[in-house]
Amino acid sequence: MNMPATKIDLETAMPAAAAAPVVAMTPKRPPRTEAYARMARETAVRMIPPLVVIALLTLVWELICRRAGSALPPPSRVFKDTKELILDPFFDHGGIDKGLFWHLSASLQRVAFGYSLSAIAGIALGVLVGQSVWAMRGLDPLFQVLRTIPPLAWLPLSLAAFRDGQPSAIFVIFITSIWPIIINTAVGIRNIPQDYRNVAAVVQLNPLEFFSKIMIPAAAPYIFTGLRIGIGLSWLAIVAAEMLIGGVGIGFFIWDAWNSSHISEIILALFYVGIIGFVLDRLIASLGKVVTRGTAQN
Amino acid sequence: MTAYLKLDHIDKVFTRGAATTEVLKEINLTIEKGEYVSIIGHSGCGKSTLLNIIAGLTGATTGGVLLENREVNSPGPDRAVVFQNHSLLPWLTVYENVRLGVDKVFARTKSRAERDAWVMHNLNLVQMAHARDKRPSEISGGMKQRVGIARALAMEPKVLLLDEPFGALDALTRAHLQDSVMALHQKLGNTILMITHDVDEAVLLSDRIVMMTNGPSARIGEVLEVPLARPRKRLELATNGIYLKCRQRVLEFLYERHRFVEAA
Repeated sequence: MNMPATKIDLETAMPAAAAAPVVAMTPKRPPRTEAYARMARETAVRMIPPLVVIALLTLVWELICRRAGSALPPPSRVFKDTKELILDPFFDHGGIDKGLFWHLSASLQRVAFGYSLSAIAGIALGVLVGQSVWAMRGLDPLFQVLRTIPPLAWLPLSLAAFRDGQPSAIFVIFITSIWPIIINTAVGIRNIPQDYRNVAAVVQLNPLEFFSKIMIPAAAPYIFTGLRIGIGLSWLAIVAAEMLIGGVGIGFFIWDAWNSSHISEIILALFYVGIIGFVLDRLIASLGKVVTRGTAQN
Repeated sequence: MTAYLKLDHIDKVFTRGAATTEVLKEINLTIEKGEYVSIIGHSGCGKSTLLNIIAGLTGATTGGVLLENREVNSPGPDRAVVFQNHSLLPWLTVYENVRLGVDKVFARTKSRAERDAWVMHNLNLVQMAHARDKRPSEISGGMKQRVGIARALAMEPKVLLLDEPFGALDALTRAHLQDSVMALHQKLGNTILMITHDVDEAVLLSDRIVMMTNGPSARIGEVLEVPLARPRKRLELATNGIYLKCRQRVLEFLYERHRFVEAA
């Protein structure tokens, strides 16, 4: 945000100095305040349209649901009903009667586990499939079939195998998010330019050095595309899986709220789920941006 | 004539299914230490295939490459290549690109500080030390090629292989870089083998020009000595009789006796 503002400032300042080199004593403009004003304007341009839309939608929702006998609560009701949950997310009354923070953190922990496992295994398998023609011929058809299985269809099987909710949920996340990671990594590896392979051959990098110094950086943009799709899918899967396995977690919180007819709580939970999904996506995207800053430009 | 690099009866046949294409036939060439040899020919005549065979990136079907009387058939830093499209790794800085090769070649023989100094020395040779922390995407095409040359030189190759190194550059930059390569050759005395399709470039830079016939089954058609004294000056050569005569010979070979026939 800061960069473009100062850059523009420089450019506008330059021609003035070049055109009138005689006037050496031109008073300095207050660049600080101007830069801040510009920043504020840019932020406003970005923030105002979505805020207006949100305000309008809330208003419509309020108008539709305010009538007596409406099935869903209007936003004002939602806020009133869930005020305690919003203001105190950290309470813990034992069992599953906990604040939203604990539910969300339990869900995020499962995602962190399952997703880390699938990132490691997915990149490893992707490298294998991208590197070896025989591995691709053998494994690719299998991947193509397995990846179409809906996440929840794996849950009964994993419950049967692990006999416990926690590892089953983690497994569902793992199996849901691994496919795009494998497939994108494999494409990235297959697309490494022959030039880079030649360079590695002339320099005589050993396989391990080739992996870390050429393969991973060259395929990084593809790998991060896969990782970004993967995190989105795993967040989708965890909410559904938790509804079925129960215990602490945002998925079961929603299901529990439905069973007790606390519709307002469902709406609040959905809001949190959406925001966190968005943040996770942005997190991986910006991580990818940092890691691939050199590669992506070419 | 002492054979430093020797190409011994090289044939190259590409086989795809039942179809076979003979690309190179009976390539014999001996190169002396410190010599600058260019290989010129129309596109598609197998020049680059020949360079890849020498570099060890492709295998010859029959025959082999001898460097100091030892057969070489896999790639290695003793035959460093400057690639046509620079092939710098875009995620590494200029310095790191050169350092990559240096770290491998001198892992045992030079200390960290020595390797660092050696990288900077080579960047200085091609006048690129000022851009050490830039990434390839931040420097111009000519600068990238300079870094490519520094990377190759830094491996202290026995033979420096240049694969149309100036092909992708504009005329002015190309001339500038040719002068740099000439100066480096003068200063370091490297043995250089260059692939080119530019007649002026070949005559200006080389001690000998190897002219290839058109493929398939390309052979060495003629080898021309360029008896011009070094250091050579581009401007003076423009009116030099020997230069013009050599140029004429290459042009005749390429455009009269082995005119490029478009594949029908």
